[in-house]
Amino acid sequence: MIEKTFGKGCRVLVVGATSGIAKELCREFARHGFNLVLAARDEEELAILGADLKIRGNVEVRVVTFDALDYDSHPAFWESCSDVDGVVCCFGVLTDEATARRDPKACRVLIETNYNANVSLLNEVANSFEERKRGFICVLSTVAGERARRSNYLYGSAKGGLTAYTEGLRSRLFPAGVSVTTVKPGPVDTGMTFGMDKLPLLAPPEKVASDIYRGLRRGADVVWTPAPWRIIMGLLRFVPASLWKRMDF
Amino acid sequence: MLRFSPRELEGWGRFPRQTCQVARPEKRRALQELVQSSEVPSVLARGLGRAYGDAALNENEGIVLGEKLDRFLDFDSETGVLHLEAGVANPQILETFVPRGWTLPVIPGTKFVTVGGALASDVHGKNHHRVGTIFNFVEEFELLLASGETIVCSKTQNPEAFRATIGGMGLTGIITTAKLKLERIETAQIQVRTQRTQNLAQTLEGFGSDSDTTYSVAWIDCLASGDNLGRSVLIRGEHATLQDLAKAGFEGEPLDYELPKAKKVPRDFPDFALNPMSVKAFNAIYYAQHTDGVQLEGMEPYFWPLDAVGGWNKIYGARGFVQYHCILPFESSREGLTKLLERISSSGRAAFLAVLKLYGPENKSPLSFPLAGHSLALDLPATEGIVEFCRELDSITVEHGGRNYLAKDSTLDAATFAQMYPRLPEFQAIKSQLDPQNRFQSSLSRRLGITPAGGAQ
Repeated sequence: MIEKTFGKGCRVLVVGATSGIAKELCREFARHGFNLVLAARDEEELAILGADLKIRGNVEVRVVTFDALDYDSHPAFWESCSDVDGVVCCFGVLTDEATARRDPKACRVLIETNYNANVSLLNEVANSFEERKRGFICVLSTVAGERARRSNYLYGSAKGGLTAYTEGLRSRLFPAGVSVTTVKPGPVDTGMTFGMDKLPLLAPPEKVASDIYRGLRRGADVVWTPAPWRIIMGLLRFVPASLWKRMDF
Repeated sequence: MLRFSPRELEGWGRFPRQTCQVARPEKRRALQELVQSSEVPSVLARGLGRAYGDAALNENEGIVLGEKLDRFLDFDSETGVLHLEAGVANPQILETFVPRGWTLPVIPGTKFVTVGGALASDVHGKNHHRVGTIFNFVEEFELLLASGETIVCSKTQNPEAFRATIGGMGLTGIITTAKLKLERIETAQIQVRTQRTQNLAQTLEGFGSDSDTTYSVAWIDCLASGDNLGRSVLIRGEHATLQDLAKAGFEGEPLDYELPKAKKVPRDFPDFALNPMSVKAFNAIYYAQHTDGVQLEGMEPYFWPLDAVGGWNKIYGARGFVQYHCILPFESSREGLTKLLERISSSGRAAFLAVLKLYGPENKSPLSFPLAGHSLALDLPATEGIVEFCRELDSITVEHGGRNYLAKDSTLDAATFAQMYPRLPEFQAIKSQLDPQNRFQSSLSRRLGITPAGGAQ
């Protein structure tokens, strides 16, 4: 199935297109001749990115505004761009953990954007693709969703939920021949992390984008990027809860 | 949440190293906020950090990294005018446009330069004697001022800001977007003509016949002395035409160009790796390897031989190095170059192959480096006494009516600088109009007295 939906001339919807990783992923798609539909909230930035990709890739680019937390707008939004062969969900927020603990509104935005909004949109996409029996879905989650840490568990738990959702979605859409790829990046050197210190294996977004692209091309279920995270998280899974709760990170 | 955070930064020469307050906007609006942020007393835009000294440092104060604002905005395939954000770096331009038959009209010796950095340094290439600097290929640019206002600058609109900003080392504001005129090419190959010379007189004589040559440069052996002082390999180039390729039996796509994956220098070389003996041997081998002749070369090895090795600055070891790059007017260049070369070759300082180049007339930018004459550029390891040694060279340069390139400099003092750049007051006058509070500063601007040494007002 992947051959029909993935390649030069195919059209991909990238939601959250103005994020640091998405921008590089869009460039990867443009370089390989994909046409693009870009969605994000910031219209000014969307227009700039759209112009850039058109020139770089000599491809068709369309931009649509998307407000993740306006759930009622999702069906109409999907209607307006459902002509695509694949959907990549790159939107999310990383709120300062201390703020999110104290400020209920910030906490809701954090959890809803990272989980509820993704589910709301992906349900629409999944229903269409299942009916069409073609298409690919790619969702950016994170390694932080594998085991929730003391310093980052609000974000981690929402992303962990998202990872679980994609696992179920993959299984549901498998009979229809629709692939679902879950991407689990470690810390990436984008605006989200700039200025934070001591981030392990900080990866450039270009590297992460190229890993995602190659993962999609081969129809991978899960993409760990950079690759060593697969081993690291594989090992951390065995740390018992009694020990995990004592770990200060 | 603070948007600036402390980071140790260095120029390409890794000397000096300074802690700066660094931010990296990913959106246009964020850039505007950073310029006006009260977190830092002054700000400076920084591109890929290829300036050798402290031109892109702002010790303890603000640095705004431009690298993420790197989007193409428009391209006119009739006229070749490319509208883009200033954070776009040359490799992205080349990768996108060379296969479509367009190249940069001015190609500096490293391709890792952002458009903003190129304009701020008024960069030139091996074709300066024919076409001048990047100044001549900028249709217009947008300049973000300290007030948060953005003005459009061209040769007719805000012309003062236009000529002070190009070559202005980032001190007038932040260039956000620009329109550059690209140049048509038929192929991505260069027809290279190589000629060896025995001494300085022959080298300069060789340059004398280059008024019709597009690209002209000489690698000079700075350690040769006596009768061989100034012996060089003259390397001239022309964009190969389709006909040239056919004649040479070239197979493959004429406009094929892919960015190579650079081999990296994994770690600092020990300080002793480059010593007078090893460098002398290297220079002798380089000279011996080149014979007179004509051949086709790709753009990569011709324009950016050093870019093939990522992080080549590490070969000078953790101490870093200084690139000494000066220019002398024709009237005095032979005498001045002889003195400089004698001083360098007798100093025992390991000077790798250096570059000698022919230049055309100076332009209207008051801090622009080029003038009609010859320039010498060489790397010197930052060993004991390097600053004093550079000062000695500076006095030879000034005595012969020459000046140093600010994008390379890390050692000049304010008084010598003022002698070298007599149009400094003109620059300062325009700057005070655009930036009366000196919001835009750098370590270099304070060292050289372009802005008051005390910092922001």
